[in-house]
Amino acid sequence: MSESADRSSRGKEAVIEVRGLEMSYGSFVLMRDLTFTIGRGDIFIIMGGSGCGKSTLLKHLVGLKRPAKGEILYDRVSYWDAEPEEQDSLKRRFGILFQSGALWSSMTLAENVAMPIEQYTSLPPGQIRELVSYKLSLVGLGGFEDFYPSEISGGMKKRAGLARAMALDPDLLFFDEPSAGLDPISARLLDDLIIELSESLGTTVVVVTHELASIFAIGNNSVFLDPDVKTMIASGDPKRLLKESQDPKVINFLTRGEGARQK
Amino acid sequence: MTPSELKIDTSSEGVLLVSLAGDWTLQSAIPAAEGVLKGASAQKRRLAFETGKLAQWDSGLLIFLANLFASCRRDGVTVDQSGLPDGVRKLMALASPENQRSGVSHGSARQPFLARVADKTFAVLGGVREVLAFLGEVTVAFGRMLRGKADFRRLDLELTIQETGAQALGIVTLISLLVGVILAFVAAIQLKLFGAQIYVADVVGIGIVRVMGAVMTGVIMSGRTGAAFAAQLGTMQVNEEIDALQTLGFSPVEFLVLPRMLALMLMMPLLCIYSDLMGVLGGMIVGVGLLDLGFLEYVNETRKALNLTHFLVGLFHCFVFGILVAVAGCLRGIQCDRSASAVGYAATSAVVTAIVCIVVATAIITLSCQVLGI
Repeated sequence: MSESADRSSRGKEAVIEVRGLEMSYGSFVLMRDLTFTIGRGDIFIIMGGSGCGKSTLLKHLVGLKRPAKGEILYDRVSYWDAEPEEQDSLKRRFGILFQSGALWSSMTLAENVAMPIEQYTSLPPGQIRELVSYKLSLVGLGGFEDFYPSEISGGMKKRAGLARAMALDPDLLFFDEPSAGLDPISARLLDDLIIELSESLGTTVVVVTHELASIFAIGNNSVFLDPDVKTMIASGDPKRLLKESQDPKVINFLTRGEGARQK
Repeated sequence: MTPSELKIDTSSEGVLLVSLAGDWTLQSAIPAAEGVLKGASAQKRRLAFETGKLAQWDSGLLIFLANLFASCRRDGVTVDQSGLPDGVRKLMALASPENQRSGVSHGSARQPFLARVADKTFAVLGGVREVLAFLGEVTVAFGRMLRGKADFRRLDLELTIQETGAQALGIVTLISLLVGVILAFVAAIQLKLFGAQIYVADVVGIGIVRVMGAVMTGVIMSGRTGAAFAAQLGTMQVNEEIDALQTLGFSPVEFLVLPRMLALMLMMPLLCIYSDLMGVLGGMIVGVGLLDLGFLEYVNETRKALNLTHFLVGLFHCFVFGILVAVAGCLRGIQCDRSASAVGYAATSAVVTAIVCIVVATAIITLSCQVLGI
């Protein structure tokens, strides 16, 4: 299993290395022995059934939760062993789109997108305004600068969240269930946007999802979590996993349970 | 609607034939499933069905069958479902025990007494540690603010000041005025017996300015503002807004808690002064209006009774209450779980925590003043 992960990111430099990660809530262990590598420019999918700990793994990858065991390295720097200043400079490289957008409700869309820019750069206000408008128009929300999050729809919130995640041109973008709650066409557009960002900017993308269409459309590397054995049972390119995997659980998942019936 | 009918035929060898007729719905009186096997002898090892005259059926029939199948499994009787209608067979298969998700164990086994005591103890210790950690973070954030390094939006501070200051004036006016009136009445009943009504001004003046004005402001603000803080921060927790702050390198304590604490620390003493004024005014209404005291007489008596120490003790109370209300509200908000009911719980718990802390703090300060002779 780790062999296939090495193969799919061979020739690529590893951006994120996860070694022996164990995740737990108090004494309840959610997943253990997670070891995988995310290469530069990968679109990496975290998949698995509902409630298996995908979102929790994402929280570990973005430094929101401390691992119970094991370590997570970004360009060979361990996040939790780093000094606070170094952690801040690592965080500056992250862009995160939360499940519901997680826009700050007391601020307008423009203020939301401007926050990280003001925090990490010393651009003059005029330039920040221009940058914010540009980022909002990238996700199709040009003209919505002065709206509050409560005044726009769920899909728009998600896109505004994406604009905020991209505010600092991050080289690591994390998505928590990007297509949940979107209509099929918006979901498809978001997938296209993810591919475009990854190809044109070389952004490494990590996506938590269980939308099969998305998984095959965008993913070129993945990890499959199984709550029964509390660890990962497969990793690598999802298209190849579909063809080559021998594990019935993986096949079942990737074929909506139809593969198992045929076999 | 035809009544449900159950016939049990034991004539054939080794087989118990159950015939169902009429309507088997939740509305009809369905016989108990346990009765079916009771009548059968030990030789009957197979159960079959005949449903030719079955009319309408719904979940009522399915529950009857589920109970029947369960007792068959217990007694080792095999069930032949071929006589059942197609739909019933499919639904029974879906709800069969083999089809349920395995490994479900939620709070099943009751733990032994000592284990529960230990769990509770650790939970309490964990809670105390959380509170201490939060207080530590708040202190560090204040340190950073004094060095001019804290990150928060001035606009947030200004809005919170408006919410906790000017917008609270109405309710503070009402409550303080009424507390002044009540205090004056209570004092008047006793003092009138001695013809000493004029001392109502002393009682109201000292009572309100030294303690009651501050306590009433504290209680009002814990219900009004403490609960609001907890609900705001709790909702931000539910919406992952606090996660979003953290991942961008903002400290939630600096960004959210600091402006709220500052606002309350600045506004509570001001509200307290206003509340003192309103309380004394309330006393004066009773004194002048009902006890036949002169206006100037009342004012002079109040001025004679009060000194700066009383006033400063009151202000100190309110400053402490401001910190307590803000800490309780923000702490409960930050601790909030990720669900709608958790936000409600956080708001309630913030008010309870704040009021308990206010009463305890009042007792401590009053006692300290007594000992120090202030």
